[in-house]
Amino acid sequence: MAVKAITPDYKGEVLDKVENFGGNQVVYVGWDHHLMFCAPFAYPLPPEMTFEALRTQVMPETFSLHPEFEQIDWDNVSWMLDGNPFTPQADVALKDQGIGHKSVLRFSTPDLNGYQGAGV
Amino acid sequence: MAAKKLNIKDKYRLLTRDLDWEYSYADRKEAFPYEDFEGIKITDWSKWEDPFRLTMDAYWKYQAEKEKKLYAIFDAFAQNNAHLNVSDPRYINAIKIFLTGVSPLEYQAYQGFAHTGRQFGGVGARVACQMQSLDELRHVQTQIHAMSHFNKFFDGFQEYSHMHDRVWYLSVPKSFFNDARTAGPFEFMIAIGFSFEYVLTNLLFVPFMSGAAHNGDMATVTFGFSAQSDEARHMTLGLEVIKFLLEQHEDNVEIVQKWIDKWFWRGSRLLTIVAMMMDYMLPNKVMSWKEAWEVYFEEAGGALFKDLARYGIRMPKYSDIIEKEKEHISHQAWWTFYTHGHAAGFHTWIPTDEELDWLSEKYPETFDKYYRPRWELAKEMEAKGERFYTKGLPQLCTTCQIPMLFTEMDDPTQTSYRDTVYNGDRYHFCSDGCKDIFEDEPEKFVQSWLPVHQIFQGNCGGPDVGDILSDFYHMNVGVDNMDMKGSPDELRWKQWKGVA
Repeated sequence: MAVKAITPDYKGEVLDKVENFGGNQVVYVGWDHHLMFCAPFAYPLPPEMTFEALRTQVMPETFSLHPEFEQIDWDNVSWMLDGNPFTPQADVALKDQGIGHKSVLRFSTPDLNGYQGAGV
Repeated sequence: MAAKKLNIKDKYRLLTRDLDWEYSYADRKEAFPYEDFEGIKITDWSKWEDPFRLTMDAYWKYQAEKEKKLYAIFDAFAQNNAHLNVSDPRYINAIKIFLTGVSPLEYQAYQGFAHTGRQFGGVGARVACQMQSLDELRHVQTQIHAMSHFNKFFDGFQEYSHMHDRVWYLSVPKSFFNDARTAGPFEFMIAIGFSFEYVLTNLLFVPFMSGAAHNGDMATVTFGFSAQSDEARHMTLGLEVIKFLLEQHEDNVEIVQKWIDKWFWRGSRLLTIVAMMMDYMLPNKVMSWKEAWEVYFEEAGGALFKDLARYGIRMPKYSDIIEKEKEHISHQAWWTFYTHGHAAGFHTWIPTDEELDWLSEKYPETFDKYYRPRWELAKEMEAKGERFYTKGLPQLCTTCQIPMLFTEMDDPTQTSYRDTVYNGDRYHFCSDGCKDIFEDEPEKFVQSWLPVHQIFQGNCGGPDVGDILSDFYHMNVGVDNMDMKGSPDELRWKQWKGVA
């Protein structure tokens, strides 16, 4: 049973279905071992946006406050999509490479260990 | 001729058990429709032992006495301008969190106990719940009155009720109680009556009230004392409920254990804000969060669960994780509020050097290694005139609704990510505990009103964050929020104290 309810076959309204976001989908992005940002960021993005646009136009808006952000060598970054290793394609739309509504993208920068090397 | 005055025993019988009657022409099941659907089996309500022998007339008499004393102290507090006696104006921000985050929960508790006080089939349980319901209403009223004095002199108090329903971080306590109140009456009693009132309430009230005492806030101390005898009754009721359910039928044990697992996890997540308050917001510290957790949960709670073992009840699931998290959560939470200080309805600040050293001393395993560097970075940025306010909005946990700020306990600088797919949609969680709760009742939690997603859907005005804060949250932007340094609260305090 998907809920204990007094109403038989109770169904909840899905508040965060993609149709509610006015054409956007939500994508979360987190930088592993960099907790200057207390949590991954959430972005409402057009599913047709390319990965390149996400990385160069959307992400810097929030991540660039980090002193290590401009030192990132993007060719040596490893990515995870929804828990699995992932190789992004720069010119391909998010939706065409499996980055869907409420997907989580994580990136890690093995040579950069955060402020004072402390994962900050 | 009958005696004019009833003896205590007869009065008690007439005003409690005798209020029930046999149903001769109506179906008792229709009168108590909420009693069966949770799967709890009650074989004999008469086995309920009234946890406190109090009748309604005595209740009114005691409460009126307490009220008279309490309001005399509030009056004296106001007439003596006693807000000037608090240790430091930073302290007042803890009280702002209490009024916006905790007092509205007292009101929700009043509503919840009124419901169980109607729906239980046993009259003893109904009367006990009705009295607790009235207590909770009294608590919200006395808290509002105690804090109304501060509202005249400090910012951030004016829209506490409106804010409770809308502000991003207040969705955490609000949704906690909404979850309990939309459960069946038995789960509500295990959630609030047992898990919260019996085991976790000490971790809420003792820190706030002793924090108030250590920081010169006699109004808050006094409402705390005045609530204490009520709280003692609530704890007795919580314990009676769990023992009664476990003794009624062996099939209840598994259901009750599941609720204990759920509500201890939810409770420990909710108390993160208390952890932060104790370690970072009290200018005069009482004890560290870690010490409080050890005294009130590990020692007191551990003894209780030893006692419940004879019914087949074990320690709440993930207690091992919670034990490790006591070293981390206060630091993670204050960093979250500090970096979102532009979107909070109270002020935030970098701890003083003395406070940083106190934290090192209290958290020798974790503070210098993981958390002091964050404050070094914040100080560096502030010195450059770039006080750090994060941009963008954070990912939230679907169950507890807290930003995804918790980390892996075997890798404390790594965000803890959990997710599950239900009916084609992906849902995210901060922990296995929160994920388990969703997976057990997904049709409930697909309805989570997650503030960040609601903003994205255009349901909170905006789209500028400033407009959301002022128009949707009713914050006084530039006054209620931002850093303590340079705030109107701080400037007024300096004027009152005659310091530059």
